[in-house]
Amino acid sequence: MKFTIDIKKRPSWLVIALREVSSFFFSPVAYIVMALFLAITGFLFFSTFFLYNQASMRPFFSLLPILFAFFIPAMTMRLFADEKRTGTMEVLLTLPVTGRDVVMGKFAGSVVSIAVLLLPTLAYPLTISLVGELDPGVVAGGYIGSLFLGSAFAAVGIFASVQTDNQIIAFVTGFVICAALVFINSFLVLLPPGVVKFFSYISAGAHFENIARGVLDSRDFIYFISLSALFLLRTIIIVDDRRNA
Amino acid sequence: MIDVRQVTKYYGSFRAVNNLSFSIEKGEIVGLLGPNGAGKTTTMRMITGYLEPTSGTIEIAGETIAQNPRGVKRKIGYLPESAPLYNDMLVLDYLTYAARIQGVEDLDYVLSTAKTCGLYTVMHKGVGELSRGYRQRVGLAYAMLHDPEILVLDEPTSGLDPNQIIEVRNLIKEVGREKTVIISTHILPEVEMLCDRVIIVSDGVIAADEKTSQLQVKYGHSASLRVAVGSASFAELEQRMKAVDGVESVAKADIDEAGLTAVLVGFRDGAEIRPGVSKAVADAGWPLYEMAMQKNTLEDVFRDLTLGGAK
Repeated sequence: MKFTIDIKKRPSWLVIALREVSSFFFSPVAYIVMALFLAITGFLFFSTFFLYNQASMRPFFSLLPILFAFFIPAMTMRLFADEKRTGTMEVLLTLPVTGRDVVMGKFAGSVVSIAVLLLPTLAYPLTISLVGELDPGVVAGGYIGSLFLGSAFAAVGIFASVQTDNQIIAFVTGFVICAALVFINSFLVLLPPGVVKFFSYISAGAHFENIARGVLDSRDFIYFISLSALFLLRTIIIVDDRRNA
Repeated sequence: MIDVRQVTKYYGSFRAVNNLSFSIEKGEIVGLLGPNGAGKTTTMRMITGYLEPTSGTIEIAGETIAQNPRGVKRKIGYLPESAPLYNDMLVLDYLTYAARIQGVEDLDYVLSTAKTCGLYTVMHKGVGELSRGYRQRVGLAYAMLHDPEILVLDEPTSGLDPNQIIEVRNLIKEVGREKTVIISTHILPEVEMLCDRVIIVSDGVIAADEKTSQLQVKYGHSASLRVAVGSASFAELEQRMKAVDGVESVAKADIDEAGLTAVLVGFRDGAEIRPGVSKAVADAGWPLYEMAMQKNTLEDVFRDLTLGGAK
């Protein structure tokens, strides 16, 4: 018997990302999360869709930040917490990889999983376009923005996961940070005027609102990229700090 | 090959390893020995780069992990304690995953390593379904599949049944002919069987660092004499024994039979005390029940060194 397996050279982060993706879809958790996500978005979206009487995906995209704040930390909670709990962290970090390979691999894997999570929701715009005129540009922009929002929340979730070996704690930490980022702009009226501008800028909700409306502004994308970079860099520093591990 | 220089590791305020220094030459098989909590695993974790020392340096072939993380780590094959593995993967997938990260492109080498470790029949099984022995073998195959120069094995035979232990030992012996190997264990016969050299650690410091064959000669008496007599108290017996020329120590020994007193007599190396002892017993008029030479094992040396260190 002869095996034919392609093990040609790939960068380490990609090998780690592929393992994470296959491990995610190997477990039943992936399908529970996806089914739940579809059920909730489907219900919340279509229950208001006919009231608006508009061929628009805006109600869907407006829901997304808070749903992502819940679902994405649930997807990323195991990434480091589980490796720490089972001891495989020791195996992973003694392989010829750096903290950057590990964190970027897990991040890339999460982004792919989030894309797969969003994929079935494409049925909504397809259905709507059957009954009304939908602007494809706005929808495409919304989906691209959603992926950026999801990536930023995945970075937050990974950061939460590296703090602990308990998945529940990782989930709650990730959820609290993401929810805070979503809701800050709802509380702006309560804040002193001097800091409103600052908090409005760091609010994920405010930035995603533009995207949900169909306005693609580079500043919003820069915000999501910065948010991802901030949490990923912090995570890399924690993973690479073997002195206090 | 491996240079550990004045390495100290703190966990918070707890000092796990204290100013440890040793160096291991290419091709040596070194046993790292010590009671639980002595700092064996911490030392291995620092060599493999999982932990960084609080102070001191560790060089692998002249480089530290910080200088060249990928290159130095690629030289090492590591089996952590209790072989943690990804339970959701198949054995084959797990090994090819590791091979990819190690940059091994020759799949046949990976498969022959799996074969050497006796994994051919379980390649398509989930790692989570495997028994303890097979998990350990997957861990070993994983550690060796990139043909590393250095193997670091943390308690490679713990949790295995006697047959598996022998298999794994033979495997290590075979691989150890070409590689530098560090094994941690608290199974002493294993050290005598496998290792050229033993480093005994106790409370984070080195208690002994010797060739395996030299250890017994250098530390503790290589033999002691067990003597059991009737109708004498321990104090009386001790006094008589101490008077014999060449005797260095007398310790009370256990004996099951009632009315008898037994002692373990330690003596100067090379001294012949048996005629003197028998004469002393006869002079005192005690009936002699037992007189036997006991060769001290590595276990006695180990006890001496590690319990001494704890005081």
